[in-house]
Amino acid sequence: MTSSFQNQPASVLDHRLDLRIAIPLLLVLAALPPALDAVGERFYIGVASRILIFALAATSLNLILGFGGMVSFGHAAFIGMGAYTVGILMQGGVLSAWVAWPAAFVVGGLFAFVIGLVSLRTQGVYFIMITLAFAQMLFYLMVSLKTWGGEDGLSLASRSRVGLGLDLASDAQFFYVVLGVSALAFFAIARLLNARFGHVLQGIRENETRMAALGFAVFRYKLIAFTLAGAIAGLAGALLANQGNFVSPALMQWSQSGMLMVMVILGGVGYLYGGLVGAAVFLLLEEVLVGYTIHWQFGLGAVLLAVVLLAPNGLLSLLRRRVRA
Amino acid sequence: MTGILLLEQALNGLQFGLMLFLLAAGLTLVFGIMDMINLAHGSLYMVGAYLIASIAAASGSFWVGLGGGVLATAAIGVLLELTVLRRLYQRDHLSQVLGTFAILLMANEAVRMVWGSQPVPMAMPAALAGPVQLLPGFSYPAYRLFIIGVGLAVALLLYLLVTHTRVGMQVRAGASNREMAQAMGTNVRLLFTALFAIGAALCAVAGGMLGPLLAVQVGMGESILILAFVVIVIGGIGSIRGALLGALLVGLVDTAGRTLVPVLFGQLLGPAAAATAGPAVASILIYVLMAGVLFWKPRGLFPAH
Repeated sequence: MTSSFQNQPASVLDHRLDLRIAIPLLLVLAALPPALDAVGERFYIGVASRILIFALAATSLNLILGFGGMVSFGHAAFIGMGAYTVGILMQGGVLSAWVAWPAAFVVGGLFAFVIGLVSLRTQGVYFIMITLAFAQMLFYLMVSLKTWGGEDGLSLASRSRVGLGLDLASDAQFFYVVLGVSALAFFAIARLLNARFGHVLQGIRENETRMAALGFAVFRYKLIAFTLAGAIAGLAGALLANQGNFVSPALMQWSQSGMLMVMVILGGVGYLYGGLVGAAVFLLLEEVLVGYTIHWQFGLGAVLLAVVLLAPNGLLSLLRRRVRA
Repeated sequence: MTGILLLEQALNGLQFGLMLFLLAAGLTLVFGIMDMINLAHGSLYMVGAYLIASIAAASGSFWVGLGGGVLATAAIGVLLELTVLRRLYQRDHLSQVLGTFAILLMANEAVRMVWGSQPVPMAMPAALAGPVQLLPGFSYPAYRLFIIGVGLAVALLLYLLVTHTRVGMQVRAGASNREMAQAMGTNVRLLFTALFAIGAALCAVAGGMLGPLLAVQVGMGESILILAFVVIVIGGIGSIRGALLGALLVGLVDTAGRTLVPVLFGQLLGPAAAATAGPAVASILIYVLMAGVLFWKPRGLFPAH
């Protein structure tokens, strides 16, 4: 059974990390801080870090939403729990990123595992709602825990320490660390999707009953994917906490989960770069529109509506169609 | 003392639950028949509340405001359905989420452009401003009683419409099997535009009634939208009966949680624990309820399909 999956030629299930795209993209991103510095727009280095972090979070959501068919409406909760892990550890005097970030990864994964264990019993809209319910529970839990700031949130004393001669207090160096972590995670997700696991996951998305009949432990595959996505979201949360030096329950509000979902749908559900493109377009659009008008949300809504009506499968589907034509 | 407290909370819960039902009814029918997720449903509630507040302020009469606002919101609902939502029916849930989220953003901003960012004050009708003595030693705000009355009347009307009329029969047929209903000659398109008008009107009624109690402000639709979704999921999507039961359940549990849990915690664990854990447990309660229902009945209490 394994060989039939592994020896298959490139199929619709493959989402290879095309190096002709990945390497130039990485180079452009790496050149960003000095370039922005040169034109005196240092502020945008922070914006770029934020976009990368959200791209990572959206990509983790795309792993389950796009490739596993699990429409989770509570993904922001895992980001929030990861962020709180960093904040709480820092309050306890743990500054090292080598402790805090893996801890955030584990905490995100742990919560996703428990929530997935219950939620994955349901399907469709009921799954959407039960994931939302758990996220809301965690949201209200953090709102009420006054030890950790409650509704007002926690201010972080500083950014985490990574050592190695790097100082994360510098926005440029922080950007490079975020870039490194995101690229690594992105690479790992791409590898996973092209491995047997990813193919099985996509098979489950297409037809769960058939995969079960073929002898795959459907529930276990879904749970592993859900847990992994939660863990990566937890990691993104750790980076986000460091980026803003602040953690609050607002990170895990349902509208945040909705925004992540919108990013994925905007970019392209089930496209490897969907989360990245969606996060970049969404946040840049926001950045640009804010500069023009206080009613930027109207413009954002209009653009999103246009995308839905004109590009039914997200922005990347337009690209693919043009390439094929 | 506790008996009266319980009675008061039960009435509050009933009142909130009935208003939730007005929102959930439209939402669940749209969902049940067209399989359409409409995140903009809460926006109609918001727009309705603003229109009613403005018309009431301009005319000096709550009743004129209510009537005019409900009609105007129904018209806006029809317009929305004809121009945008109609294009989303055949699409997958994700496109619907993105599309209606876009409308939600635009509605919030449009309201902010017209009415500004500050909440708009709304007065309750003067005749209903006072309390009513229900039992010796127990009086209850007349306006809240009035909401309960309106809620019950609308719920009854809707129930009769759905269960005892030809249109209702077509709605139920559409909800349980749209293709079959279409094959049997139901004009689902037209039915659906009409349904949307009714849904929007119900939203406006809820917005207008709750306006004097809660603040009429931008974003008011979102939190109640989530509650309405919780209601229809608990009740079973597409089921009016489920929506009513779910709404009453959520209304009662939510109200009871907010008032009784802190008291209970205070007596069991002391005031310190009540102050910290009480509000959290109260807010979480309805989500625990929903998760519990879905755990044992993954398709809600009264699945329509």
